[in-house]
Amino acid sequence: MPVTRGFFRKRPEGPAGRLPPGQYDTGSSWPVLTAEATPRINLDSWTFSVDGLVDRPTTWTWEEIQRLPRSTYTGDIHCVTTWSKFDVAFSGVSVDDLLEAAGPQADARFVMAHSTTGYTTNLALSDVTGGKAWVVWEYGGQPLARQHGGPVRLLVPHLYFWKSAKWISRLELLAEDQPGFWERNGYHDRGDPWLEQRYQGDP
Amino acid sequence: MTEQEPLPRSTIDDVVPVETTWTTGRIITKEQPTPETVRLRMLVDDRQRHAPGQHYLIRLRAPDGYTAQRSYSVASDDDDPLTEFLVERLPGGEVSEFLADVAEVGDVLELRGPIGRWFVWDGRTPALCLVGGTGVVPAIAMLRTARRLGRVDQLTVVAVGRSPEMLPYVEELRHAGATVAYTRHDDGQRPAGPPTRDEVLALLGSAELVYVCGSPRFAEYAVPLVLDCGVDPTAVRVEQFGATG
Repeated sequence: MPVTRGFFRKRPEGPAGRLPPGQYDTGSSWPVLTAEATPRINLDSWTFSVDGLVDRPTTWTWEEIQRLPRSTYTGDIHCVTTWSKFDVAFSGVSVDDLLEAAGPQADARFVMAHSTTGYTTNLALSDVTGGKAWVVWEYGGQPLARQHGGPVRLLVPHLYFWKSAKWISRLELLAEDQPGFWERNGYHDRGDPWLEQRYQGDP
Repeated sequence: MTEQEPLPRSTIDDVVPVETTWTTGRIITKEQPTPETVRLRMLVDDRQRHAPGQHYLIRLRAPDGYTAQRSYSVASDDDDPLTEFLVERLPGGEVSEFLADVAEVGDVLELRGPIGRWFVWDGRTPALCLVGGTGVVPAIAMLRTARRLGRVDQLTVVAVGRSPEMLPYVEELRHAGATVAYTRHDDGQRPAGPPTRDEVLALLGSAELVYVCGSPRFAEYAVPLVLDCGVDPTAVRVEQFGATG
């Protein structure tokens, strides 16, 4: 592709090895991008489930899920719209602990994450196991704000942030991969920011 | 006369992924419709068909290989030989400042699209657009498509801007019969202020889908407003953009 006449890099390169290709450091801001009306969720009636290809389909209430071992992610997040945000801290529970309770079956290889709004996003099971994914309700030590997916969202920080479904309510384990909401709308099925897997058609 | 069978509304599950690849396009015209925006009309190589509401990526490439890309909604109808974008010049926005201040007619840019299958109008479902500022762009594409298809009665547009001078496409919107609400300008027909529940309620008619497009702040106002009018949350499609440059 040709160089754009008159265009030069103005932004600093950023810390080595932390900014994936085509991304920029958004600093202290946190842009909000959603496709649906932001829901109001009542934690008294909120539940979270793991089902599909599991031995023990399991549902937690808000009180029950908070009794699970607390787990915190500190690191970076990367949005497909090209901003990255460094050194964020989210707390909640590791997806490993949720899956362990439900007991994935041998043929479960993919996960569909469902939100209360009907939003879905698909993930490989291997992308949400081994300490790589969380269900979180705190950001920077405070309750997660509604517009950022509060009260509870999925966090899969090694993939583009649309995979970290806001207002998460369910993980459904599947044998076959099926595209979720943005994936049907043109976004990549895996979404690795280091490989720039932004849209359908990317490698 | 028999009543026509209602066409099924497209749902999330009807959408099929479509692959797009990078291509190039040449700037054919460049104008400054409002103080903060530029309108680019481009000739896109190997152009794919698009639906109103879809967007393109525009990517800039520096001599050292550094790239910056941003998404821009398409303002033009699929029938238009050129592809039209409206770019809001954001302070410090590395792409928007370049497009506003440096790019010239004849320049070639990298483009990829059309992208997005959710915030699109199918040209037949009765719909209301509640759009603000440069968020009018997808509504302009929808209006132009409606005009081509002879379906202008299926689409109602409420456009919100600070003043006539600050609202892109204001003449075209007025011409198309859109309701225009100025938040800081009294046009003699309505006092300054955002659209009210009563105004939106009166315009909803038989709309089955509501498209909200604008800044996060606009969406924060507009989405509760349409829900307050009794619109089902699943009938609301939102496109937000922010100061991502």
